[in-house]
Order: sequence, then C-alpha cells, then structure tokens
Amino acid sequence: MSIREFAMTNPDNNMLDKAEIALPTDVVSLAEDVSFKRDTPYTRTLQEFMRHRVALVALVVILLIILSAILAPRLTSYDPIGRNSKDRLHGPSAEYPLGTDALGRDVLTRILYGGQISLQVGFLSITIAACIGIPLGLMAGFFGGKVDNLIMRIMDLILAFPGLILIIWLVGLLGSNIFNVMLAIALFSLPTYARLTRGQTLSLFQRDYVLAARCIGALPVRIMFVHILPNILGSLIVITTLGVSDAIITGASLSFLGLGVRPPTPEWGAMLSDGRAYLRNAWWIAFFPGMTITLLVLALNTVGDAFRDAFDPNTLSK
Amino acid sequence: MGRYILRRTLIALVLVLVISVLVFVMLRVAIPGDPAALLAGDRASPELIEQIRKNMGLDRPLIEQLVIYLTNAVRGDLGRSVQFGEPVFGVIVKAFPFTITLTFLSVMVGTLIGLGIGILTAVKRGSWIDSVSIVVVVFFYSIPSFWLGLVLILVFAVGLRVLPVQGSATWQHFVLPVTTLSIGQSALIARLTRTNMVEMLGAAFIQTARSKGLSERNVVFRHALKNTLIPIVTVVGLSVGGLLGGAVITENIFGLPGVGRLAIEAIVGRDYPMIQGTVLLVAVTFVFVNLITDIIYVYVDPRIRYD
Repeated sequence: MSIREFAMTNPDNNMLDKAEIALPTDVVSLAEDVSFKRDTPYTRTLQEFMRHRVALVALVVILLIILSAILAPRLTSYDPIGRNSKDRLHGPSAEYPLGTDALGRDVLTRILYGGQISLQVGFLSITIAACIGIPLGLMAGFFGGKVDNLIMRIMDLILAFPGLILIIWLVGLLGSNIFNVMLAIALFSLPTYARLTRGQTLSLFQRDYVLAARCIGALPVRIMFVHILPNILGSLIVITTLGVSDAIITGASLSFLGLGVRPPTPEWGAMLSDGRAYLRNAWWIAFFPGMTITLLVLALNTVGDAFRDAFDPNTLSK
Repeated sequence: MGRYILRRTLIALVLVLVISVLVFVMLRVAIPGDPAALLAGDRASPELIEQIRKNMGLDRPLIEQLVIYLTNAVRGDLGRSVQFGEPVFGVIVKAFPFTITLTFLSVMVGTLIGLGIGILTAVKRGSWIDSVSIVVVVFFYSIPSFWLGLVLILVFAVGLRVLPVQGSATWQHFVLPVTTLSIGQSALIARLTRTNMVEMLGAAFIQTARSKGLSERNVVFRHALKNTLIPIVTVVGLSVGGLLGGAVITENIFGLPGVGRLAIEAIVGRDYPMIQGTVLLVAVTFVFVNLITDIIYVYVDPRIRYD
C-alpha cells in the first residue's frame, strides 16, 4: 500500500499534511503513478472530453433521439402510416404537437418512426465502410508496394466521382431502395477510412515497438490489429462520428429526391419532400423533420469536434 | 514545371478514360437484364428492342461495343434520350450552363464569406466575435441543404414575398439557390481559414513582420493571408465536387433546369442513356476542376515542384 493510498483509505489520518514528514513532491507523484493507474491516454482523453460541456449536451441529444426512435411504438399511440382523413393538415396543437400532414398522420409520430430508418442508414453504412476500409488501409500501409498501389488506385477512382453524384448514380442503376442507398454511401465512404488508416499505419510502421513485434516474429495480422489499430483508434473515432452525420444527411437527401424509401414509409427526407407541396398553408409538415435532422447532425458534429480536441495531444497540455 | 503540368494532364486524361469505361461496364454488367430492353424503356415492343440492339451494336462482342461507345463519346454522341427522344448530348448541353452558373457562384460567394469569417475570428481569437462565429459556423456546417432551401423559401418567398420560388428566368431566381449552396461552403472555408490563420499568426516570420513595424493590416493580409491561402486552394477545388452534388438537390428544390434535375428525372424515368451521359459529364467536369486546382497550386506554393 502506497503512502497516498494509505492516506486516502484513512481519512482521519492527515499524515501527508504534516510538515515534518512531508515527502519530496517527486516521490509523492511517483507513488501516485504507481498506485493510481488511471492516467492512461484513454482516461486523459475522456477527461478532456468531459470538460467540453456543449459536447456532453450534444451527446445527450443524440442518445435521446436514438432512444425515442427505438421506443417510438411506446411513446406515441398514433399510427405512422394509416390515413386519417378527418384530421388533415392540422396545425400544431395539444392533440398533435407538431401538426398533421396531408393524409392526417401525426407529424411527431412519423418523425419518431422515421428516426429508425435515418439512424440505420447513418450507422450501418458507416459501419460497413469502416469494416472494409480500415483493413484495406492497414493492408496498404503494412504491405506497401503492389498491394498499396492497387488498393489506393481503386480508392482514387471512387474519389474521382463527385460524392453525391456517384451515390445517386449507383442507386439509380441498382434500383432505389434503402438497402442500395446504404451500400452506395458505404462505397463512397470507403476511401476516407482506407486513406486515413493507411497514412497512420505508415507513420506507426517506423516505430520501434512495431519493429520489435516484427523481430519476435509476430504475424502481420497481429501487428496490424493488436499493435497498430489501437493506436490509431482516436482519429478513426473522430472521422466515424463525422461520417455518420454525413451519411444521415446523404440518406435523407436521397429520400428527399425520391430515391430512398417508398411512401408511405416514414423517413425524414421523404417527409420533407412530401411537405414541399404544402409550404404555403402547412409549413410544419416539412419544417419539423428538417429541424430534427439538423439537430441530430449538429449534435453529431459537435461531439465529433470535441473528440478531435480530446484526442489531439496538442490540446492536452492546456 | 512544364513536365509537372503535362504529367497531371495525362493522369487526368487517363482518369477520364477509366471513368468512361467504368460507366460503360456498370451499365452492361451491374444491371440485371437485357440492356437493349432497359434502354428502350418499359413499354417498348420486341421489334423496337431488336432495333435498338442492332443500332447500339449490342449483338457484337463486348470489346467492340466498348470501342464504338468510346469513339462515339469522343465525337459527342452519347446516344438518344428515351424520355426526350433527342440526342443526350444536346439535352445536357442546354442544361449545363445553369449548373455551372449555380456551382461557380456558390463557390465564389461561399469562399469569400468563409475567408472573411475565418480571418476575422483568427484575428479576434478568444473574443466574443470568435465564440459566436464558432457556433454559427458549426450550425452552417451541419444544416442540410434541402432543409435550408425550404426554410429560405418559407421566409423569403412565402413569408416576405421578395424573391421568386421556382424557375430560372431572372437573376433573382438564383439568389436563394446560391445562398443555399454557399452557406455550407462558407462554413467549410471559415473553419479551415481560422485554423491555418491562427497557426500562421503564431509563426516566427509574422513576429519579424510585426517587429519591423508593419501595420497589423499589412501583417494579416500580406504576410499571414498569403500563406493561409495555400491549403485553401486545394479544398476549394475539392469542394466543387460536393457542390456539384449539392446542385442536384438545390436544382430540384428551386426548379432550376440544370444537369442535376436532368439526372434525377432520368433515374426516375429509367432513361439509361441520359443517366450515363449526366454522370459522365459531371465526373469529367470534376476531373478537370481538380486538374486546374493542381496547376494553380504550383503557382500559389513555390515550394511544390513535383518533377
């Protein structure tokens, strides 16, 4: 038991405060380092993040939106799909907090259910992209030469198309449904992950500990996933957070253009598109789904920025 | 220098060729079913499909088809649109100016506003102007263009009735679409400018400039800004791709008869030659914008000579 720990476990014992046995400060800090293993890069990052008040609020907003999408059937008693011709185009009221649309469906209910699709598109497409892109980047950075060339030229080719155009084109060719939308977004997001991972792998590859691992005969797979990947996780988390927000916007854009979900499925972009015809007399139909997307994306970007600050060693010294 | 530009141009040309082949292959391989039937549309008679198969040379070997397709593309023959019954190339050429105007104006307006905000916040770092701007910029960055467009219509066209909603007849028709597209662009540039400018203002050569008694204005605009612009040139070039994509949405919201609207109509109407033509044109435009960016880059940053 270290001196500090002893002092902590015995609150009455204020030994450390007594001048006659005060230890040199470096001994105290040494004891602290040994007994409190909390000061790892990850806990430091977490502390840095927790200091970011706005980001914490944003995180709560994201969690609330995710929860309310999952719990939609319990949160509302209205039907998101069925028509209700007697309550068409109702303005926001106590009965319908965000109004009703042209078919008399509650807008709030449709926003809650619509979140299920938008969030799925955002998270699934980026998960696919990260799961393929990160190993590709690791391989390109680790093996170099022909493997690197082949992988990176394919990535360059994907980037040669302007993003949304490529996605629209693919969805147009493969058929417009939500599965193809996710695939197309994943494909276009691939290069981001492959490029970042490759760059960081290349710089870590020169480090002594990687060399040491190679010398003792560690398999490439082990070096890539055990020695390199954990050290680049920080940057990957940042781009993944920002990637999800981009994917949610892209998914909603495609539904807005009529290339995503089919009516009457509730989806934020599609709801916005439906509301366009009623802008003059029922602005709420298009306004609130758009506001929800903006809120979610704003929260994701804020969290992403806070992660960036937290993982950046330069800001730690503050 | 000459060699560098030549190399870049050659790479761009190869890229255009690869993209063309890819677009061709996607249409023949990725889609299930008979391309002739697809090209003819849903309600075509068997005779028409047979006719199209002959006309398009679909009965010949794939490699020969590719060569015919490429030579035709070079001559500006991209086939006939199913919806319009006219050559695809002609229809696109009529729509192209709207998209280019929209994209170009948005790049200009967005970049200028972004530079302004970026420089101001970097110079006034830590002040209330900086704090407010950071919030505004994150908001601008996050707001989806389709919602922004609708809110702008609600406020300026439906509410205040000062600007037209749909169409392309006058310059007023371009105000809302350009605003919609340039807001995201300005946020992107503002963030980048601020980061780079803050870094530059802390550099040793800026201290030198200050200590030799230059006015703050001179220090900021002649010394710091010039060096800040280097990475911004690249990002502006790359952002054109994003804006071309954004133009698809903006054109659809505001009813501008540009290439983006054409592409969506083609997809909805399963007009494959038109889909192929619009994708090809936009991708080629993007490649050339990047080529121009690469060339400008050499002039802006004398440290870079790749040959």
